Amino acid sequence: MDCVVQDIRRYITSEYLNMAPEDLPSDYPLVSNGLIDAFKLVDLALLVEEALHVHIDVSELNASVFDSVYQLAALIKA
Amino acid sequence: MLPSGQTLPHILAHHLEATPDHTAVVLVTGSGEQHLSIRELLTGAWAYCGMYSESGVQAGDTVVDLLPPGADLLFAFLGGILLGAVPCILPFPTEKLDPVRYRENLIALMQVTHPAALVAEPGLASELRGTLPQDPALKAIIGSGGGDQAGAGGAAPERWEGLTRSPKDLALLQHSSGTTGLQKGVALSHSSILNQVSAYAPSLRLAPEDVIVSWLPLYHDMGLIAGFLLPLLTGIKLVLLSPFDWIRAPWVLMQAVSRHRGTLVWLPNFAFNLCADRIPDSRLKGLDLSSWRAVINCSEPMYANSHQMFSDRFLENGMKAQALTTCYAMAENVFAVTQGPVDKPVSIDKVDSEALARDGLAEPTSLGSRRVVEVVSAGPQLPNCSVRAIGKNGQEVGERQVGELALQSDCMLSGYFNRPDATDIALRESWFYTGDLGYIADGEVYITGRRKDLMIIGGKNVYPQDIEHLIDGVPGVNPGRAVVFGIADKELGTEQAVAIVEVNPRHPRTEQVLGLEIRRAVAAGSEITLRYVETVGERWLIKTSSGKLARAANREKFLAEQAGSRAGPEPSGDREPDVE
Repeated sequence: MDCVVQDIRRYITSEYLNMAPEDLPSDYPLVSNGLIDAFKLVDLALLVEEALHVHIDVSELNASVFDSVYQLAALIKA
Repeated sequence: MLPSGQTLPHILAHHLEATPDHTAVVLVTGSGEQHLSIRELLTGAWAYCGMYSESGVQAGDTVVDLLPPGADLLFAFLGGILLGAVPCILPFPTEKLDPVRYRENLIALMQVTHPAALVAEPGLASELRGTLPQDPALKAIIGSGGGDQAGAGGAAPERWEGLTRSPKDLALLQHSSGTTGLQKGVALSHSSILNQVSAYAPSLRLAPEDVIVSWLPLYHDMGLIAGFLLPLLTGIKLVLLSPFDWIRAPWVLMQAVSRHRGTLVWLPNFAFNLCADRIPDSRLKGLDLSSWRAVINCSEPMYANSHQMFSDRFLENGMKAQALTTCYAMAENVFAVTQGPVDKPVSIDKVDSEALARDGLAEPTSLGSRRVVEVVSAGPQLPNCSVRAIGKNGQEVGERQVGELALQSDCMLSGYFNRPDATDIALRESWFYTGDLGYIADGEVYITGRRKDLMIIGGKNVYPQDIEHLIDGVPGVNPGRAVVFGIADKELGTEQAVAIVEVNPRHPRTEQVLGLEIRRAVAAGSEITLRYVETVGERWLIKTSSGKLARAANREKFLAEQAGSRAGPEPSGDREPDVE
């Protein structure tokens, strides 16, 4: 789990935010706080799908299930 | 294609009489499709027209539509047209947007536009009734949902007051986003809209069997004109998707094209990259895109690479490479100013990057040169439009010389609504100064940058001053010391927003927390996601001699620092700092 959290956090901070990974708390709401927009959500979902061979339904692409690094990691583990 | 008639209501009356059962719009939603014939569309519109009349709205009054995508938005808009009122569509508030900021924007609009009615979903309508300040012009805030209850035959044209309007009367207003954009409504007359459609349809070789597919929002000129009024007025079928569905699942566009044999689509440049990069193969299986005869790149800077990616990606699904084409458009001209040919490859001009940046000269160069920059042609001007490049001395410049593009046509704005000051700045001796930089070569128009600080992010016009204002409100930021600008991101095919923010070193918050707070405040107030937030000390920002923050100079400094650290984007020549 920790490893997944770190990987997702590193990807989000380097690809989308240009900030140091440690500056982004894992429970910080990404979508509802505007760090990630709708375009990035599609990107993130594909990354997760490809890297971990899991399927993410389009209906899951919203702030209620996809909002923080922790939530993302939980989704992958589920 | 376009029946004869002097106003929008006359054209709609013609279609209602000639082809009442023709499917005008197919609304695609997550749960299925809703087919609306001309009769159904205008019956729904008639119900709204009745609600407006009952509320005291009169012909010539402004009606603001704040509805989500769907049938009611179309009904509410067309209801205004049938009454002879002046409708305008604004974004409706999403969950992410702070309701207080949304209201502030609405108030900024009302103070200039003074609408007679607002239309919103019932929940928002009742909230706005309790919170918006009094305005003597405002007669009603109408809750949506009454569009289905009109009696049969209710839409008989003899009852449309809109038929008494004259061609020079205003038909609608268009706005771009943010406080600044909302205070500048582009006012368009019936004759301008109809002149645009008559000039544009032949450039596209539009034919009755065409099918336009669009996911674009109707508050944007490309969505409202290309993705709604053009097909409606010419009697062509429109397949309309919600922008919210498209952004979550971009392949719904390809599915709709395949299912309905779609022939024309308009997309902002970023969508070419997004579709090419972000659609899994599994979603494209079995789709047939061979019906596509024009995929039109429009509304933000265009990249040759974006076209290449797109045609490579969809070749397997039968897409023809020559379907790719380009267009230069702006709300102030109703929509299109130029349109590239629909059956030939797009012209790509290979010019010397240094001569372009230094001398404003588009000097052809060979591909082997290290300093080559590829400029994508926007095509020739429409037959009713005249485009000139104007130099710093106010005189027209020669072929291949960069200048500010000025435009004259028979489909221009009547003015910015209630803003004679802004109209006087933009319209000089009947030429509209676009603020875009470009050149003309072999009869084709090439756009190279912008004279103004406006950003275009994902096809949406964003004014930096609105974003700076949002950042100013974050505690710990020195007031008036935030500067926002756009930088080109070729990988995404669009611009990204950068904020450089001077922070108060004595404020207790750490820079990390402040950075996150700034991003949050901007997203909640504008729905724009900042790509870079740089917090800087008290001597970083560059000021002009008058003490104002110079966006272009700070942008150059940021890009130079990024290039120095080799971690960020390359400096790009999409702006011309030497042109004031």
